[in-house]
Amino acid sequence: MENLMATLKAQIVEQLNLQEVKPEDIGDDMPLFKDGLGLDSIDALELIVLLQQHYQIRIANPEKGPEIFHSVRTIADFITAHQQQNK
Amino acid sequence: MIRNNRIYRNNEVIWETPEDQSLPDFLRAAYDHFSGQYPKFHKMDHLSKLGWLAAEVLLQHRPFTGYAPEQVGLVLANRSASLDTDLRYFDSIKDFPSPALFVYTLANIVMGEISIRHGFKGENAFFTSDTYDEGLIMGYTRQLLYEGAVSAVLCGWVEVMGSAYEVILHQVEK
Repeated sequence: MENLMATLKAQIVEQLNLQEVKPEDIGDDMPLFKDGLGLDSIDALELIVLLQQHYQIRIANPEKGPEIFHSVRTIADFITAHQQQNK
Repeated sequence: MIRNNRIYRNNEVIWETPEDQSLPDFLRAAYDHFSGQYPKFHKMDHLSKLGWLAAEVLLQHRPFTGYAPEQVGLVLANRSASLDTDLRYFDSIKDFPSPALFVYTLANIVMGEISIRHGFKGENAFFTSDTYDEGLIMGYTRQLLYEGAVSAVLCGWVEVMGSAYEVILHQVEK
Protein backbone atom coordinates (compact mmCIF):
# COMPACT_ATOMS: atom_id res chain seq x y z
CA MET A 1 0.00 0.00 0.00
CA GLU A 2 2.82 2.44 0.88
CA ASN A 3 4.53 1.71 -2.45
CA LEU A 4 1.31 2.16 -4.38
CA MET A 5 0.64 5.50 -2.68
CA ALA A 6 4.17 6.71 -3.47
CA THR A 7 3.74 5.67 -7.11
CA LEU A 8 0.35 7.39 -7.27
CA LYS A 9 1.77 10.64 -5.93
CA ALA A 10 4.45 10.67 -8.62
CA GLN A 11 1.88 9.84 -11.30
CA ILE A 12 -0.49 12.59 -10.10
CA VAL A 13 2.30 15.19 -10.22
CA GLU A 14 3.28 14.03 -13.72
CA GLN A 15 -0.19 13.59 -15.21
CA LEU A 16 -1.61 16.81 -13.76
CA ASN A 17 1.52 18.80 -14.57
CA LEU A 18 1.85 20.05 -10.97
CA GLN A 19 5.25 21.63 -11.53
CA GLU A 20 5.34 23.41 -8.18
CA VAL A 21 4.40 20.33 -6.15
CA LYS A 22 6.72 17.47 -5.22
CA PRO A 23 5.25 14.00 -4.74
CA GLU A 24 6.38 14.02 -1.10
CA ASP A 25 4.38 17.23 -0.52
CA ILE A 26 1.17 15.27 -1.01
CA GLY A 27 -0.01 13.71 2.25
CA ASP A 28 -1.55 10.24 2.16
CA ASP A 29 -4.84 11.58 3.54
CA MET A 30 -4.66 15.13 2.19
CA PRO A 31 -7.87 16.04 0.35
CA LEU A 32 -7.02 16.32 -3.35
CA PHE A 33 -9.67 18.94 -4.13
CA LYS A 34 -10.65 22.33 -2.70
CA ASP A 35 -8.64 23.27 0.39
CA GLY A 36 -6.24 20.34 0.12
CA LEU A 37 -4.17 20.05 -3.04
CA GLY A 38 -6.61 22.39 -4.81
CA LEU A 39 -7.36 20.24 -7.84
CA ASP A 40 -10.26 21.22 -10.12
CA SER A 41 -12.83 19.46 -12.28
CA ILE A 42 -10.44 19.09 -15.24
CA ASP A 43 -7.92 17.47 -12.91
CA ALA A 44 -10.65 15.02 -11.88
CA LEU A 45 -10.98 13.98 -15.53
CA GLU A 46 -7.20 13.58 -15.75
CA LEU A 47 -7.32 11.31 -12.68
CA ILE A 48 -9.92 9.15 -14.43
CA VAL A 49 -7.57 8.95 -17.45
CA LEU A 50 -4.69 8.07 -15.10
CA LEU A 51 -6.62 5.11 -13.67
CA GLN A 52 -7.46 3.87 -17.17
CA GLN A 53 -3.99 4.41 -18.54
CA HIS A 54 -1.88 2.99 -15.71
CA TYR A 55 -4.23 0.58 -13.92
CA GLN A 56 -6.73 -0.40 -16.66
CA ILE A 57 -9.58 0.63 -14.39
CA ARG A 58 -12.70 2.33 -15.68
CA ILE A 59 -14.94 4.12 -13.19
CA ALA A 60 -18.26 2.37 -13.73
CA ASN A 61 -20.25 4.70 -11.47
CA PRO A 62 -19.28 8.39 -11.82
CA GLU A 63 -21.17 9.20 -8.62
CA LYS A 64 -18.46 7.30 -6.73
CA GLY A 65 -15.85 9.77 -8.03
CA PRO A 66 -15.74 12.12 -5.01
CA GLU A 67 -15.32 9.13 -2.68
CA ILE A 68 -12.64 7.42 -4.80
CA PHE A 69 -10.65 10.58 -5.49
CA HIS A 70 -10.82 12.08 -2.01
CA SER A 71 -7.15 11.41 -1.25
CA VAL A 72 -4.20 9.33 -2.42
CA ARG A 73 -5.11 6.71 0.18
CA THR A 74 -8.71 6.37 -1.10
CA ILE A 75 -7.46 5.99 -4.67
CA ALA A 76 -4.94 3.35 -3.54
CA ASP A 77 -7.71 1.54 -1.61
CA PHE A 78 -9.91 1.57 -4.72
CA ILE A 79 -7.12 0.23 -6.95
CA THR A 80 -6.23 -2.50 -4.44
CA ALA A 81 -9.87 -3.56 -4.06
CA HIS A 82 -10.29 -3.62 -7.84
CA GLN A 83 -7.14 -5.71 -8.35
CA GLN A 84 -8.17 -8.21 -5.65
CA GLN A 85 -11.64 -8.48 -7.19
CA ASN A 86 -10.11 -9.34 -10.57
CA LYS A 87 -7.64 -11.97 -9.32
CA MET B 1 5.27 42.97 -26.69
CA ILE B 2 6.82 39.48 -26.63
CA ARG B 3 8.92 38.41 -29.61
CA ASN B 4 12.14 36.43 -30.22
CA ASN B 5 12.49 35.57 -26.51
CA ARG B 6 12.41 39.25 -25.57
CA ILE B 7 9.79 41.02 -23.51
CA TYR B 8 9.27 44.71 -24.25
CA ARG B 9 7.28 47.31 -22.36
CA ASN B 10 6.75 50.70 -23.99
CA ASN B 11 9.23 49.68 -26.72
CA GLU B 12 12.03 48.91 -24.25
CA VAL B 13 13.42 45.43 -23.68
CA ILE B 14 12.79 44.66 -20.02
CA TRP B 15 13.80 40.99 -20.02
CA GLU B 16 15.28 38.50 -22.45
CA THR B 17 16.73 35.03 -22.81
CA PRO B 18 18.95 33.58 -25.57
CA GLU B 19 17.10 33.40 -28.88
CA ASP B 20 17.80 29.67 -29.23
CA GLN B 21 15.93 28.85 -26.01
CA SER B 22 12.82 26.77 -26.74
CA LEU B 23 9.40 28.35 -26.30
CA PRO B 24 8.42 26.13 -23.31
CA ASP B 25 11.70 26.97 -21.54
CA PHE B 26 11.33 30.67 -22.33
CA LEU B 27 7.75 30.69 -21.00
CA ARG B 28 8.80 28.94 -17.78
CA ALA B 29 11.73 31.30 -17.25
CA ALA B 30 9.53 34.34 -17.89
CA TYR B 31 6.91 33.05 -15.45
CA ASP B 32 9.57 32.52 -12.77
CA HIS B 33 10.94 36.00 -13.38
CA PHE B 34 7.71 37.99 -13.54
CA SER B 35 5.26 36.05 -11.45
CA GLY B 36 5.52 32.69 -9.76
CA GLN B 37 2.84 31.80 -7.21
CA TYR B 38 0.25 30.91 -9.88
CA PRO B 39 0.52 27.12 -10.38
CA LYS B 40 -2.31 27.06 -12.91
CA PHE B 41 0.10 28.71 -15.36
CA HIS B 42 1.83 25.36 -15.90
CA LYS B 43 -1.39 23.77 -17.08
CA MET B 44 -2.11 26.41 -19.71
CA ASP B 45 -1.38 25.92 -23.40
CA HIS B 46 1.23 28.11 -25.11
CA LEU B 47 -1.36 30.61 -26.36
CA SER B 48 -2.74 31.20 -22.88
CA LYS B 49 0.72 31.36 -21.33
CA LEU B 50 1.81 34.03 -23.80
CA GLY B 51 -1.31 36.17 -23.33
CA TRP B 52 -1.25 35.68 -19.57
CA LEU B 53 2.42 36.67 -19.34
CA ALA B 54 1.98 39.76 -21.50
CA ALA B 55 -0.98 40.86 -19.38
CA GLU B 56 1.06 40.22 -16.25
CA VAL B 57 3.97 42.35 -17.49
CA LEU B 58 1.66 45.26 -18.33
CA LEU B 59 -0.70 45.14 -15.37
CA GLN B 60 1.96 44.63 -12.70
CA HIS B 61 3.56 47.84 -13.95
CA ARG B 62 0.35 49.82 -14.42
CA PRO B 63 -2.78 48.07 -13.09
CA PHE B 64 -6.28 48.98 -14.19
CA THR B 65 -7.38 50.57 -10.92
CA GLY B 66 -10.72 52.09 -10.00
CA TYR B 67 -12.79 50.10 -12.49
CA ALA B 68 -15.60 47.69 -11.67
CA PRO B 69 -14.84 44.18 -13.03
CA GLU B 70 -17.61 44.64 -15.62
CA GLN B 71 -15.92 47.79 -16.90
CA VAL B 72 -12.75 46.09 -18.10
CA GLY B 73 -12.88 44.37 -21.49
CA LEU B 74 -10.60 42.27 -23.67
CA VAL B 75 -10.23 42.38 -27.44
CA LEU B 76 -7.67 40.01 -28.94
CA ALA B 77 -6.80 38.58 -32.32
CA ASN B 78 -4.43 36.12 -33.93
CA ARG B 79 -3.72 34.16 -37.10
CA SER B 80 -3.81 30.53 -35.99
CA ALA B 81 -6.68 30.57 -33.47
CA SER B 82 -6.05 27.52 -31.24
CA LEU B 83 -4.57 25.34 -34.01
CA ASP B 84 -1.28 24.83 -32.12
CA THR B 85 -3.18 23.17 -29.26
CA ASP B 86 -5.75 21.52 -31.55
CA LEU B 87 -2.91 19.55 -33.18
CA ARG B 88 -1.45 18.56 -29.80
CA TYR B 89 -4.89 17.38 -28.70
CA PHE B 90 -5.33 15.46 -31.96
CA ASP B 91 -2.02 13.72 -31.20
CA SER B 92 -3.20 12.80 -27.69
CA ILE B 93 -6.33 11.13 -29.12
CA LYS B 94 -4.15 8.38 -30.59
CA ASP B 95 -3.38 7.29 -27.03
CA PHE B 96 -5.64 8.75 -24.32
CA PRO B 97 -7.42 12.03 -25.10
CA SER B 98 -6.23 14.64 -22.64
CA PRO B 99 -9.01 16.60 -20.90
CA ALA B 100 -6.43 19.18 -19.81
CA LEU B 101 -5.49 19.85 -23.44
CA PHE B 102 -9.07 19.71 -24.67
CA VAL B 103 -10.11 22.72 -22.59
CA TYR B 104 -7.61 24.86 -24.53
CA THR B 105 -8.92 23.94 -27.99
CA LEU B 106 -10.63 27.32 -28.30
CA ALA B 107 -8.73 30.51 -29.08
CA ASN B 108 -10.66 32.67 -26.62
CA ILE B 109 -9.63 30.61 -23.58
CA VAL B 110 -6.60 32.91 -23.27
CA MET B 111 -9.03 35.74 -22.47
CA GLY B 112 -10.61 33.57 -19.79
CA GLU B 113 -7.24 32.93 -18.18
CA ILE B 114 -6.39 36.65 -18.15
CA SER B 115 -9.87 37.49 -16.82
CA ILE B 116 -9.61 34.94 -14.01
CA ARG B 117 -6.21 36.25 -12.98
CA HIS B 118 -7.22 39.93 -12.93
CA GLY B 119 -10.94 39.65 -12.19
CA PHE B 120 -12.13 41.15 -15.48
CA LYS B 121 -15.78 40.55 -16.35
CA GLY B 122 -16.38 43.03 -19.17
CA GLU B 123 -17.08 42.63 -22.89
CA ASN B 124 -14.66 40.50 -24.85
CA ALA B 125 -14.05 39.47 -28.43
CA PHE B 126 -11.49 37.34 -30.24
CA PHE B 127 -10.82 37.83 -33.96
CA THR B 128 -8.77 35.76 -36.39
CA SER B 129 -7.01 37.33 -39.35
CA ASP B 130 -3.86 36.65 -41.39
CA THR B 131 -2.02 39.66 -40.04
CA TYR B 132 -2.37 41.99 -37.07
CA ASP B 133 -4.96 44.52 -38.17
CA GLU B 134 -4.35 47.16 -35.53
CA GLY B 135 -6.96 49.44 -37.14
CA LEU B 136 -9.68 46.83 -36.64
CA ILE B 137 -8.72 46.08 -33.04
CA MET B 138 -8.37 49.72 -32.06
CA GLY B 139 -11.59 50.64 -33.90
CA TYR B 140 -13.51 47.91 -32.09
CA THR B 141 -11.96 48.97 -28.79
CA ARG B 142 -12.82 52.65 -29.38
CA GLN B 143 -16.40 51.66 -30.16
CA LEU B 144 -16.71 49.71 -26.90
CA LEU B 145 -15.37 52.71 -24.98
CA TYR B 146 -17.58 55.16 -26.91
CA GLU B 147 -20.72 53.12 -26.24
CA GLY B 148 -19.86 52.96 -22.56
CA ALA B 149 -19.79 49.15 -22.64
CA VAL B 150 -16.44 49.28 -20.84
CA SER B 151 -14.06 51.91 -19.46
CA ALA B 152 -10.75 50.09 -19.98
CA VAL B 153 -9.61 47.47 -22.47
CA LEU B 154 -6.66 45.14 -22.84
CA CYS B 155 -6.33 44.59 -26.57
CA GLY B 156 -3.97 43.31 -29.22
CA TRP B 157 -2.45 40.25 -30.87
CA VAL B 158 -1.53 36.88 -29.32
CA GLU B 159 -0.24 34.42 -31.91
CA VAL B 160 1.50 31.07 -31.58
CA MET B 161 2.00 28.19 -33.97
CA GLY B 162 4.72 25.70 -33.09
CA SER B 163 7.84 27.61 -32.15
CA ALA B 164 6.71 30.84 -33.88
CA TYR B 165 4.97 33.36 -31.66
CA GLU B 166 4.28 37.05 -31.25
CA VAL B 167 2.35 39.06 -28.68
CA ILE B 168 1.43 42.74 -28.92
CA LEU B 169 -0.77 44.01 -26.10
CA HIS B 170 -2.07 47.50 -25.39
CA GLN B 171 -3.85 49.03 -22.41
CA VAL B 172 -6.52 51.50 -23.49
CA GLU B 173 -8.56 53.60 -21.08
CA LYS B 174 -11.28 56.23 -21.51
